[in-house]
Amino acid sequence: MSLEALIAILGMAAVTFAIRAGGLLLANRLPTTGFVASWMKHVPGAVLAALVAPAILAGGAAEAIAAAATALIYLVSRNLFAAMLGGVLAVYLARLALGA
Amino acid sequence: MHAPAPSGSAQFWLGVRMFLPVAVSIAAYGVVWGVLAGQAGLSVLEVALMSGLVFAGASQFVALDMWTPGALPVLSIVIAAGIVNLRMLLMSATLRPLVGHLSLPQQLGAMFFVSDEQWAMTMAEVRKGTGSVAFLLGTGVLSWFAWMGSTLCGRVLGAFIDDPTKYGLDFAFTATFLALLLGMWRGRGDLVPWIVGALAAILTSRLIEGNWYIIVGGLVGSFAGALAETIRERRHVA
Repeated sequence: MSLEALIAILGMAAVTFAIRAGGLLLANRLPTTGFVASWMKHVPGAVLAALVAPAILAGGAAEAIAAAATALIYLVSRNLFAAMLGGVLAVYLARLALGA
Repeated sequence: MHAPAPSGSAQFWLGVRMFLPVAVSIAAYGVVWGVLAGQAGLSVLEVALMSGLVFAGASQFVALDMWTPGALPVLSIVIAAGIVNLRMLLMSATLRPLVGHLSLPQQLGAMFFVSDEQWAMTMAEVRKGTGSVAFLLGTGVLSWFAWMGSTLCGRVLGAFIDDPTKYGLDFAFTATFLALLLGMWRGRGDLVPWIVGALAAILTSRLIEGNWYIIVGGLVGSFAGALAETIRERRHVA
């Protein structure tokens, strides 16, 4: 394992634990409603949207078809694993069909 | 009439039993993460360290997307983990009444296990008046083992796949993130942060090199979401 990988993992662990501990220690001073609370609540969804959108845009027609298939499978099955496998299979078949 | 207060160990095992179905779905996420971790170039030891010490799924998925061995963007990986996990600040804050009677090291130890599903189940017990630290630990410890075991399994099994792009496995990242995103849908209030986050990320990825678009999109999108929510509430009041 490289030193930079170790630093990255320990850094992630330290930051994450500081947040978990910080919530407890600052419990009486943290807003539970209002703007800041709402901001924190929306972060995970916005981060995932920020991950997905450029990736789909950078792909071609095969990736767009596969993204639609992934979404459909997830909405029907509510199963992450099935959606991932379906998406991978869809991109494989779409690339074959489109010759990409 | 009240039933006699259940003992700590009974509460611990109650937590374990109740959390079992959730642990199965966590393990499914974990296998996916482990396979993707192998693709991103993480060793088995790195997978064990990250799952064991960070123990926060969403931030670990984001870290994989940024993981480029040899030229690791350490700072942006750590910042992104902080931003994605910021929501836990509010979660552990609500657990204070539950752990308040313990010593500080014990309180902090219990906080290590705080994660989305485990927190939600413990809070539901607290609302029923039956939550306890032992229950919190039962769900937490099971959650930790499910995550650790399944991510390692995924990493080891994923190693048998030789050329990821040949089988379309390079798309697994996008597919997983998309499914995770759809699973977070809680109603129309999510529309603004998602769309703004996506647009901000697309724009940033064209203007700034590297992975900063993830952080920028996440912050700008969630800010817009909070703004929209505040405006809606004001209108509601007025």
